[in-house]
Amino acid sequence: MVASAKTGPPAIQIEGLVKRYGALSALRGISFEVQEGEFFGLLGPNGAGKSTAINIIVGLTRRSEGKVSVFGHDVTAEYRTTRRLVGVVPQELVFDHFFTVERTLKIQSGYFGVTGNEDWLEHLMEVLDLAAHRKKKVLELSGGMKRRLLVAKALVHRPRVLILDEPTAGVDVSLRRSLWEFVREIHDQGTTVLLTTHYIEEAEQHCQRIGILNHGAFVALDRTEKLVRTLDEKRISLYLSDPLSDLPPRLQPFKGVLGEGGRKLTFPLSREDGNLRALLHAVTESGLGVADLEVHMPDLEDVFVSLTSRSVREEGEPAIGR
Amino acid sequence: MNTSTGYLSVPFRTLLWREMLRFLSVPTQTVVTPVISAGLYLVIFGLSLGDRLPRVNSVPYGVFIVPGLITMGLLNHAFQNTASSIMIAKFEGNIVDVLVAPLSYLEIALGYMLAGVARGFLVGGAIYLVSLPVAGGRVAHPVFALLMAFLAASTFALFGIIAAVWAERFDGISAFSTYIIVPLTYLGGVFFSIRALPPPWGSLALGNPLFYMIDGVRFGFLGASDIPPRASLAIASLSCLFVFAFCVLLLRSGYKLRK
Repeated sequence: MVASAKTGPPAIQIEGLVKRYGALSALRGISFEVQEGEFFGLLGPNGAGKSTAINIIVGLTRRSEGKVSVFGHDVTAEYRTTRRLVGVVPQELVFDHFFTVERTLKIQSGYFGVTGNEDWLEHLMEVLDLAAHRKKKVLELSGGMKRRLLVAKALVHRPRVLILDEPTAGVDVSLRRSLWEFVREIHDQGTTVLLTTHYIEEAEQHCQRIGILNHGAFVALDRTEKLVRTLDEKRISLYLSDPLSDLPPRLQPFKGVLGEGGRKLTFPLSREDGNLRALLHAVTESGLGVADLEVHMPDLEDVFVSLTSRSVREEGEPAIGR
Repeated sequence: MNTSTGYLSVPFRTLLWREMLRFLSVPTQTVVTPVISAGLYLVIFGLSLGDRLPRVNSVPYGVFIVPGLITMGLLNHAFQNTASSIMIAKFEGNIVDVLVAPLSYLEIALGYMLAGVARGFLVGGAIYLVSLPVAGGRVAHPVFALLMAFLAASTFALFGIIAAVWAERFDGISAFSTYIIVPLTYLGGVFFSIRALPPPWGSLALGNPLFYMIDGVRFGFLGASDIPPRASLAIASLSCLFVFAFCVLLLRSGYKLRK
């Protein structure tokens, strides 16, 4: 549930955010809010500006223009407050190889001004399957363990906002599943989550709202299911018993396309106009033998490809969900 | 769970603690090696050649070089500590841990600096212990010696921060050390009194801030120096403050650290 009914300031509020590197504009005046308790996804192709936006929130990159606040606190003027409110899981596996898992977490706690949190660190190590490796130096950990340690590091100070920058990049299926279970659990306990990922099905599965960035501007910003619905492109494919050389005249109004040597016949179907019955009737009337049938529903990936392959729209104006 | 928001509090102390743990985790590299180097200098100059070299400021040469060797050890290692720590953190990417923590630039500079000072004092103290058989361990003005040693170590720890922020590769740190630190050290009077230098080198040595630090530490140990100790203290303090201010401003600017 999106916690938009809550009365406090948004967990993250960004207004007119611009980041320029010389002549290059990495962010071109984006604005969005993430409400407390929300699971928000920031998608976009490489170089779209996702990591730049995240780095500005956590203080690694300086904005050129615009306002960025966390729970109403400006990320520059009140950086001590905002950094304590945010935990970030970076994209790269960056570690201090001098220390053990346990010491790494203690040092990270101290950096955020937290002491006496041994129980919480113990809990994090348990749930992230790191407890048995607590005395190992980070250098001795596998890639999966390092990724879990990054998540634990981001949570040592119990942040109210968790930022995940490509958290499952290069992670195997089983670890990915366990990481998502854990993140869902943290989110269910009230933590706001801001996610960037290249795995669009993950965003579709977990995020309540999604913003799609391209060339530093939003091309879409809306609730996930609404975004998916914007592509009215359900398709039905019929696998024929006997190949066809031409589309029968009775089926031509349905804009069918022949493929696979005349053995596959694909038709676009609108969600709204309900022409499926007419199509099936026409197929029967044409006397076609149908060996199999496949229905393709539009998903977020279709939306993503559709939007990011288009040219950039007006600066800062999302094509969908304004 | 306790949280702290005080100034120079938990985040600052954590940075200092982390930096000290780092150098203590590799003691061979950080302490044993410099002590062996200083021991060799003492064997060569103190025991082998010491009796054949003239006394300096009425002090046997073997005793004269001990404060210089201690200062050289402590400032070299104060520099190395901050430079290598930040450079490794930049190289491995974990510098972000410090950059996203709720630490002020002043705290970052002080945290790294004091850890560098701690390593410098550890090395300097070890060299002092090694020198006991040669020099006897007499310290004429211990508080003054400690104060001058602190200023020297602080200044060079700060130089290490500046070098590591500026350098993009480890070569940059080596260049900084080779072209700036080593000449200043060797021409700063570690092995000689500037009174022994022919003109114009004696006058040029007065433009080297490191000379005042070494001469001040030497006064603290031996009670004798080339220039008045108050002048050394004043110049060393001003140099340290200047470098500290520069370092904080550099960190605040985000130069090569924050995009």
